[in-house]
Amino acid sequence: MATIAVDPRTEYLLRLGDDALVLGQRVSEWTGHGPVLEVDISLANLALDLIGQASLLLGEAGDGDQLAFHRDVLDFRNCLLVEQPNGDFAQTIARHLLYTTWQHLLLQRLQQSSDKFLSDFAHKAVKETAYHRDLANEWTIRLGDGTEESTRRMAEGLDWNWRFIPELFEVDEVLQAAIDAGIAPDPREFEDEYRSAIAAVLKEGQLEPPAEQRPLLGGRRGHHSEHLGHLLAEMQFLPRTYPDAKW
Amino acid sequence: MSGHDWPLWEVFVRSKGGLSHRHVGSVHAPDSELALAHARDTYTRRLEGVSIWVVPSAEIVASDPEQAGELFEPAESKIYRHPTFYDIPDEVKHI
Repeated sequence: MATIAVDPRTEYLLRLGDDALVLGQRVSEWTGHGPVLEVDISLANLALDLIGQASLLLGEAGDGDQLAFHRDVLDFRNCLLVEQPNGDFAQTIARHLLYTTWQHLLLQRLQQSSDKFLSDFAHKAVKETAYHRDLANEWTIRLGDGTEESTRRMAEGLDWNWRFIPELFEVDEVLQAAIDAGIAPDPREFEDEYRSAIAAVLKEGQLEPPAEQRPLLGGRRGHHSEHLGHLLAEMQFLPRTYPDAKW
Repeated sequence: MSGHDWPLWEVFVRSKGGLSHRHVGSVHAPDSELALAHARDTYTRRLEGVSIWVVPSAEIVASDPEQAGELFEPAESKIYRHPTFYDIPDEVKHI
């Protein structure tokens, strides 16, 4: 079992690393099941980018493989948004839009982090994240402004994921400490920009923003939805069953 | 959703500055922007490119294989058209 991080830097690495790991694992579930071959390849690429980011971040937080494969669900620090099920393609795109828009705005600022590792990481990851965000924008617009069925599915996908937005901008004591140390940007500084960016994409896709719902919080403290346990069971099964297995 | 009615796009990739775009394959996509995205994800995953063109396959005008004789065979006997009588320095690539 991994120990819970104590210092804000390690905790911050775990939060970002777990976001990337869990979203990467989720998106990789599409591999072989994409709606068409080109989209299948595209989704697999997105997943690989995220797993690469997770590998860097968790590797800096400690033993990356140990953290990914031998931690229990309560020790994961990802936000609730990224662990949400794929649903249909539109629901996956809605989740990717809501997360990578946030991630892109964050990484733009994280490049100025006082922490050398995080600044270097942000410089590298910001470019691929810009692509994720663009692709999610393009698909949201096309599905929203597409057929009656694609519009309905896109709206339902947004509706499912909408209540997890406030958690992205929550600042607890640990994050405040990381902000005060100059390690982490304060997400509240770009919440308005985030909201208007999402609104602009929805408008272009002829989509109404979902009604505000009761926000769900707690992922950063290990209070996860039932979905994460199932995801981890699949992801961790092999290394836990055969702890000494080698490639 | 189904890709069966998506048009086909021919993909051309420039592998580095100074070289020509080369045909590398094709992708299905609903429009030009997503054709570029699909081409990027399918054909430039391993640092193959610095520039991508996509062209609707339907816009390609092809020569008729039936006419191969009249179009191409006359050149076969004209070896003096080939620049093979020059020594090309090793430093000159891509000729």
